[in-house]
Amino acid sequence: MTAETTTNDIINRVAHVMIEELKLEDVTPETFDPDIDLVDEIGIDSMDLATVALVLQDEYGMRFDEDDYPKLTTIRLIAEYIKKELS
Amino acid sequence: MITVSSLLDNEWYERYRKISKLNIRSSIYDVTNRCNLRCRGCFFFSSGEHKAAKEEMDILKWERFIEKEKDRGVNLAILIGGEPTLCLDRVEAFYKRLPTFCATNGLIKVPRDRFPDMMVGISLWGDEQDEKLLRGQDCFAISSKNYEGDEYTYYLYTITPRQLGKTERIIKKIRDIGVKVHMQLLSNDESVDGFSWRDGELVDICAEMDEMLDHYPDTVISSRYYHKVITSGNMLDRDFGWLECPSVTETFDNRNPKPKRLIHFIRWASDLKTMHRCCTSETRDCTTCKDGAAYMSWVMVNKKAHIRTAEDLKNWIEVYEMFAKLYRFIPW
Repeated sequence: MTAETTTNDIINRVAHVMIEELKLEDVTPETFDPDIDLVDEIGIDSMDLATVALVLQDEYGMRFDEDDYPKLTTIRLIAEYIKKELS
Repeated sequence: MITVSSLLDNEWYERYRKISKLNIRSSIYDVTNRCNLRCRGCFFFSSGEHKAAKEEMDILKWERFIEKEKDRGVNLAILIGGEPTLCLDRVEAFYKRLPTFCATNGLIKVPRDRFPDMMVGISLWGDEQDEKLLRGQDCFAISSKNYEGDEYTYYLYTITPRQLGKTERIIKKIRDIGVKVHMQLLSNDESVDGFSWRDGELVDICAEMDEMLDHYPDTVISSRYYHKVITSGNMLDRDFGWLECPSVTETFDNRNPKPKRLIHFIRWASDLKTMHRCCTSETRDCTTCKDGAAYMSWVMVNKKAHIRTAEDLKNWIEVYEMFAKLYRFIPW
């Protein structure tokens, strides 16, 4: 598995968790643009992010620092954060 | 998936972007149990909260506590009481460390040399007659002299049923001293004779609040949607109450399912250890609570629910802007 594939896997999983946990409609993990601004375009707030982070932390066995939430503005950035924490 | 930009034109989208990443994390602090007034209808004294905890007198402990609050992620300290201006050293301890809002009855002037840009909200309960009836004196006569022309001050005008048809005179008085005003409502279960809302009156006061906003847009900091939600107790076909309230102290929040709420919100008593259940009295009936901050927050935390039509989202933006102005995150 290449590094790029791994990031893509995480992107797909983050999108899936986000759709499930936040009950987002009319979008699938495949159609969820990983670079769309979650705050400016989807309306995600820090409580939403905390909800998603809890699930992802359990799945990946890592921790999100709450102070980093403001930086996690896209699915790709969240996936890269997870990947960095795991490395 | 509905996106924000698909619902808004450029002007509204820019307004949204200015507030979307503010990440306001507020908590409320009882600065003291003492007050220089005993107002009928004040939840702090009517529910015995002034006896809930022994006041911490050591300023160093206050400073250490505030540092911990800052580390906890709080970026807006809302100071209430008692009367916070009786303990300006504690107010200053907050002000030096965090964006701070100070609620006051306005009888003591916050010295602007020590607090040049601290937002001050002065409580006002109506006209001269009602102020005397509820508070024992016409506080506006004093507070208006203390704060005339102060750009970091606004009146928190608690409208009672007896103010129906009389609000314009109050708004004009406030306009004439060059200060802003935000309107909120007295909650029924404060049980002050003759000051309980009946259904029809809430509809009437909503229309009157709208009229004040339309006629005095440079003075009134409010929004029509906020008026509708607080007077009806309903937002997007959901009724306000315990299961919806966003302003419940985090450690007391055992609700399941968890509603959208203020992250890490705590209302601290003045011993810096005791926590109150919510932003107002825990003896209050949540179904008839009219706490203005709770209603504003209720709208604000439910952003995604408002991303369904352009009108809903614009309503949300206006309420968020109102809050951000009242707590000085954006200019008037």
